[in-house]
Amino acid sequence: MTLYQLTLEPFIDYGFMRRSLIACAAIAIGGAPLGVFLVLRRMALVGDAISHAILPGAAIAFLFFGLSLSAMATGGLIAGLLIALIAGSLMRVTQLKEDASFTGTYLLSLAVGVLIIAARGNAVDLMHVLFGNVLAIDNTSLLLICSIATVSVLTLAAIYRTLIVECFDSGFLRAAGASGAWVHQLFLVLLVLNLVSAFQALGTLMALGLMVLPAIAVRFWTQSIDGAVALAIASSFVSAFIGLLLSYHFNLPSGPAIVLTAGTFYLASVLFGRHGSVLVHFMPRRHFAS
Amino acid sequence: MNAVTLENVTISYARHPAVHHVSGSFAHGSLTAIAGPNGAGKSTLLKAIAGILTPDEGHIHIENTSRGHIAYLPQASELERDFPLSVLHLVATGYWHKTGGLGGITPTMKQEVTKALADVGLAGLEKRSLSSLSVGQFQRALFARLLIQDAPLILLDEPFTAIDADTTAHLLELVERWHKEGRTVICVLHDFDQIRKYFPECLLLARECIAWGKSTEALVSEKLLTARFFRDSVHAEAETCERGVV
Repeated sequence: MTLYQLTLEPFIDYGFMRRSLIACAAIAIGGAPLGVFLVLRRMALVGDAISHAILPGAAIAFLFFGLSLSAMATGGLIAGLLIALIAGSLMRVTQLKEDASFTGTYLLSLAVGVLIIAARGNAVDLMHVLFGNVLAIDNTSLLLICSIATVSVLTLAAIYRTLIVECFDSGFLRAAGASGAWVHQLFLVLLVLNLVSAFQALGTLMALGLMVLPAIAVRFWTQSIDGAVALAIASSFVSAFIGLLLSYHFNLPSGPAIVLTAGTFYLASVLFGRHGSVLVHFMPRRHFAS
Repeated sequence: MNAVTLENVTISYARHPAVHHVSGSFAHGSLTAIAGPNGAGKSTLLKAIAGILTPDEGHIHIENTSRGHIAYLPQASELERDFPLSVLHLVATGYWHKTGGLGGITPTMKQEVTKALADVGLAGLEKRSLSSLSVGQFQRALFARLLIQDAPLILLDEPFTAIDADTTAHLLELVERWHKEGRTVICVLHDFDQIRKYFPECLLLARECIAWGKSTEALVSEKLLTARFFRDSVHAEAETCERGVV
């Protein structure tokens, strides 16, 4: 088998492979930078919670419109925003902390979602929603995913500096007469949008895979936020590319193949990364003279 | 004229007051230390003046409310010291009142940042990451940001905690420079000798105002004793405060 057959031919021969790759590229470009901020804000698990919370919205849409990706995406979007809003407000007005508030809300939401699908659909449908199917993405979904990535990148560019300063020193912004609260809300909206994209490709259980795994991995290689964003996008895209090829050649489910590839990069970074990795911990080099 | 006026200010956490019915004013160009035991409400009051907390009762009048009027230095423990930012980027955030979230950093601004870093003794460290700085260097970098903010009202929360003598002396020079330039400086401090030596005015706080005036008169043994008897434990079954209720 030539390198061409190994890497390019599947994408040239099959439309569904091309659509999958473009969808993953869009998720990488839109989602991976958000993943960097999730990690920076110690919200990786909150992201996970919101991704599960999308399920009942998608399930209700499934109840009315059947297995239509765009209808389920719209339902998921509404549910995700609602859950982020409810959990966020509960956190502010009650004594609940962020992790507890989001976990409580998402568990309820996930259970309702599974019930709805189980009541109407069959096990195959449930699997599809929970684990997604990037190979089933049609042109309508692709358009939605790419639109979300475009909006997301432009918005993130506009709030980039405010988000970083708010993250580091929120008191500074408020003393300077600017409120940072809206940036946090807008960030959550972007997150839900991108999770809806990712949910169609990877399902609600692994939607964060292409967003957060690369973001965690790059923290072992770079100490600048700009560098982390660029590297995370690249690593997210390469993971999707390799994952899709693995799925094609070995006839594996695409979602786990992609997430496992991203996971391999993550494990390699944890073990061998330049900053704070296992290697650095166990094989200290001689110290400098000054 | 007063830069900041407190009118019967009460700020509480879960209904228990941290600052209780405090009134008074910080004159224009004054250099005031806020002293008092742990839990006396010093940081809380400073945060309220900075606009980060809102009083439950009473008012805080800030004379000039224009953008960039207040520069606030939080306690070192409130910031994440290994946040992935360079020293240059941290100090340049001091231009927020000019750039906002979108405006560019001009070459002139970069030069001024370089100069501010030299002023605080961090010349040449622009590109270093925050995680590589020592506690003292980190505090110096935050002072460089205050220099860049160039604000007429400067609020400092325990700026010299865990800072060595040389660095403290250097940073105190900057505080004195701000005082000479006519800025209003309010600083939370614990070291009474330091206050007597460098800070003409002092507010002795123990949830309520114990003394407010010349440092030499506020920090006398009788008043310090009153402040020491203040208990920072909140009463679980405290009664509702009726003061000021008509």
